[in-house]
Amino acid sequence: MPLPRLIPCLDVARGRVVKGVRFEELRDVGDPVALGASYSEAGADELVFLDISATVDARTAAVDVAARVAENVSIPFTFGGGVRSVGDACAVLEAGADKVSVNSAALARPGLIGELAAQLGTQAVVVAIDTRGGRVRSHAATRATERSAVEWAKECEARGAGELLVTSIDRDGTQSGYDLALLERLRDAVALPIIASGGAGNAAHVASALRVVDAALLASILHANPERLASLRSELSELGVPLRDAA
Amino acid sequence: MNVAICSYGAGNTRSVQLAFERLGVRADVVGDVNAVLEADLAVLPGVGSARSAMDGLRRRGLDEALRERAAGDRPVLGICLGLQLALEETEEDGGVAGLGLVPGRAVRLREGRVPRIGWAPLDDGGDTYWYAHSFVAETAATIATSEGLTAVVEHRSFAGVQFHPEKSGAAGARFLAARCLSLA
Repeated sequence: MPLPRLIPCLDVARGRVVKGVRFEELRDVGDPVALGASYSEAGADELVFLDISATVDARTAAVDVAARVAENVSIPFTFGGGVRSVGDACAVLEAGADKVSVNSAALARPGLIGELAAQLGTQAVVVAIDTRGGRVRSHAATRATERSAVEWAKECEARGAGELLVTSIDRDGTQSGYDLALLERLRDAVALPIIASGGAGNAAHVASALRVVDAALLASILHANPERLASLRSELSELGVPLRDAA
Repeated sequence: MNVAICSYGAGNTRSVQLAFERLGVRADVVGDVNAVLEADLAVLPGVGSARSAMDGLRRRGLDEALRERAAGDRPVLGICLGLQLALEETEEDGGVAGLGLVPGRAVRLREGRVPRIGWAPLDDGGDTYWYAHSFVAETAATIATSEGLTAVVEHRSFAGVQFHPEKSGAAGARFLAARCLSLA
């Protein structure tokens, strides 16, 4: 297995990184390119940018941000939010992104996963799954669906997803630890790499998740602060988590 | 020196171009045969599926251009799928004939999580690079492995890497700089 990955997640709205609690009270915390570059220097293994502005011009904005990130960062990054078609995905990848992440668009039309995989390769297709109580939710977790998380994960794999980004909505933002039981169920259900999201509050939480799955998405634990990523890396090393030497 | 990055509808050409430009090396994204023949180094990037990638190369005549370069012992660097396409064949998409620049074939990964995505060191203690692949080269031309899997291939003037140097941070930059230096 490749080394465990630490993946800072940057929420982007109208070309700026924003921070907020459950999408409310969004606060501007900086430029996505500058913050992404700082995370890269602090030892990030990959980056995820999620466009949460959800405007009609999200695609244009995403391509512009992806192009500027690619010019300034030489580690892999994923773009999510506003990707609704193969054309959207191609534009973001051509600008320099390595993967796209789809969520509600795939739930609305699961065939999108296969179309993306055929055009971009499975390794470029991340499906984000937001779950609560074993069920999948859509539209930034605001809407319930009838799908079970495990069954949807299997379907995503069969359709050509290359990676799953699994968020426990109950844990998201609570800093009370990842939902390890959920991660174990999904890990056993599919052979795809899995990125854990939601609940990281300290290094021990992250270490526990990385013993179950392949990568940890880091959002509120970092407070948009690259220095926190550097200190987290040291703490994880002390906990025996093997991380890459980024030098 | 100048680098020609083959544009054929299946590569992250922009990322590869940026990686060379960071080193101060001129790199053009090109789809025409002459540009590929004339460059000091031709790079065959590759992201996506084997069959559509080979079709893209053929449509532009780049398959013959790359064979001609190899026959003349002119340097070619294949990255990820670009390495796998240089082999004689790949299992992908029900079996696809490759360029045949290097003896061997690409086979599906059978162990661990697939796709294999992430950072892994070379087994000889060398640098750590980023990988994203579901198939891997089986060839006698392997000169370095990562987790037992082919990571670097060299055969006459062809060099191929399974990892993505253009996305491997400082280690990737060192790798590309060394390649350019070896050709200067």
